[in-house]
Amino acid sequence: MNFLKKILAQSGKLFEEGKPLSFAYPLWEATDTILFSTNTQNKSGPHIRDNMDIKRTMFFVVIALIPCYLFGAYNIGYLHSSTTAVSSSILSDFIFGMTYVLPILITTFIAGAICEIGFAMIRKHEINEGFLVSCALIPLTMPPDIPLWQLFIGTCFGIIIGKEIFGGVGTNVFNPALTARAFMYFAFPTKISGDKVWALVPDGYSGATALSIPANPTIDMIAELAKNEQAINATNLFSLNSMSFDFSTSNLFWGLIPGSIGETNKLLILLGAIFLIYCGIASWRIMVASVLGLISTAGLFNLLADYSTNAMLTITPLEHILIGSFLFGTVFMASEPVTSTHTNKGRWIYGFMIGVLTVIIRSINPAYPEGVMLAILIMNMFAPLIDYYVVKGNIKMRISRNA
Amino acid sequence: MELFNSESKKIINDPINVNNPISLQVLGICSALAVTIRLDQAIIMTLAVIFVLCSSNVILSLIRDYIPARVRIVIMLSVIASLVSVVDELLKAYLYDMSKQLSVFVGLIITNCIIMGRAEAFALKNGPSKAFLDGLGNGLGYGMIIIIVSFFRELFGAGTITLPDGGAGYVLWRIPEAWYAAGYENIGLLVLSPGAFFILGLVIWGQREWFGLEEDV
Repeated sequence: MNFLKKILAQSGKLFEEGKPLSFAYPLWEATDTILFSTNTQNKSGPHIRDNMDIKRTMFFVVIALIPCYLFGAYNIGYLHSSTTAVSSSILSDFIFGMTYVLPILITTFIAGAICEIGFAMIRKHEINEGFLVSCALIPLTMPPDIPLWQLFIGTCFGIIIGKEIFGGVGTNVFNPALTARAFMYFAFPTKISGDKVWALVPDGYSGATALSIPANPTIDMIAELAKNEQAINATNLFSLNSMSFDFSTSNLFWGLIPGSIGETNKLLILLGAIFLIYCGIASWRIMVASVLGLISTAGLFNLLADYSTNAMLTITPLEHILIGSFLFGTVFMASEPVTSTHTNKGRWIYGFMIGVLTVIIRSINPAYPEGVMLAILIMNMFAPLIDYYVVKGNIKMRISRNA
Repeated sequence: MELFNSESKKIINDPINVNNPISLQVLGICSALAVTIRLDQAIIMTLAVIFVLCSSNVILSLIRDYIPARVRIVIMLSVIASLVSVVDELLKAYLYDMSKQLSVFVGLIITNCIIMGRAEAFALKNGPSKAFLDGLGNGLGYGMIIIIVSFFRELFGAGTITLPDGGAGYVLWRIPEAWYAAGYENIGLLVLSPGAFFILGLVIWGQREWFGLEEDV
């Protein structure tokens, strides 16, 4: 250890102001602080003595995401082998999935590192571990066969437009990972929406996600329901025999369904949520509030469903929670400390509105069956405003109390 | 006044570089977003704006001593509106396809903030030759930005580069089929208005970085 310390201290002199390598100082600084604790101290207040620095916070989030990666890889392989009648084992499914997940992961990290290090050198700020979390989140929101060059552009867009132009980690308005996904969603819609991309299945099988079935039921599905004299609602659509995959409620929970890499298994997401809440990184208020918002709006829509032909309105609150990436978005994206609200009252409002908007976007507009992404981005925008009024209201209350 | 002394050079150069109407004053954004889907539209729009801006500046500068201050907005508007009508009719007569594509946006030159702004800020206070140069400079500054924006929007959004001709536009270059076969895709976002915002924002960023302009926050 001392040997390593000496090397770092010696080489550090090369990166000081005015030395030939000074442009690469952030790189040296990052290596130094990853290997050893930092030597520099805060010059100005407030000072908080806590072991949870940014590095540790960010790493805990990455740890919480690892199970989602492993299951995502297995799920890709499982959906592929179960539709192609190839004999397979858990291991071979997993390895097959990894051949898709690893290139996506590596591309994202290369793009993220280029942007982050480039900006750190030009803007002379420290290399911040925030990009690790963004880059770990982006692949989990992608379909398995997303073209890598599109992913590269999307990641750069997310890191630069979503974060760096606002001043880097801690000052960004929008969640960089969701910014990247939103960019790709609108820039390359054929590769990241529709029913062709979410599972690697041969022709003839529908790779539709659970959300796109009630959003855009095909003529065959409606005919089959009419033949059985069943009403056109989400539950009946999910239980059709002609479905390529099992969309029963329990399987929606266990996640062997088409979808983004990380969103399908709800158990692992819930475990991640418990881990993050236990470590004090994510806010439980936001998660609970968004679930409440989702349940109330979905319940209201259930009551209205009789007056409409839109099958999306018939999805029950439980199904709404289990299908799509609602849970994933709530746990890992909405509760991100930087872009969410910072007051407790504000967290309830922010989370509740995410739930409400998710159901509205999902149900009312069939073009966007996946509403979580847009709901969180919209509420990211309003988070500072909510905080502002919560703080104002508090000041007003205290003035009137003492008056 | 000598035509190309340093002062008149400054009048032309400033609005192109350090005082650009779109990227520094952030005026005329509406048309910059609307007509930048294709390069040929942007070029024709630029010519129309330069014509209107130069002529309105000169006319208003000539009659500036006779305009009562209270009714100057009405007079400015009527001059600008007449000139825009002339441009609109000319386009319909000689470039019918283009006028179809630009549709209402030619008429909306009337409300383009740059033209009213230059009339109010410059033409009513300066002589006609200076006013002409100011109009030319601002028109070129406007044109430079929307041509840059439309170049990128068309190239990456639709995969072509179109120059104006008498008809529906002459396609100078289009992305070869082999690229598409190899997996290339047009960026659909750039065809939508937010795409114009992103490109415009990046152009503004680049220009301010280039000239070292910082705003007081």
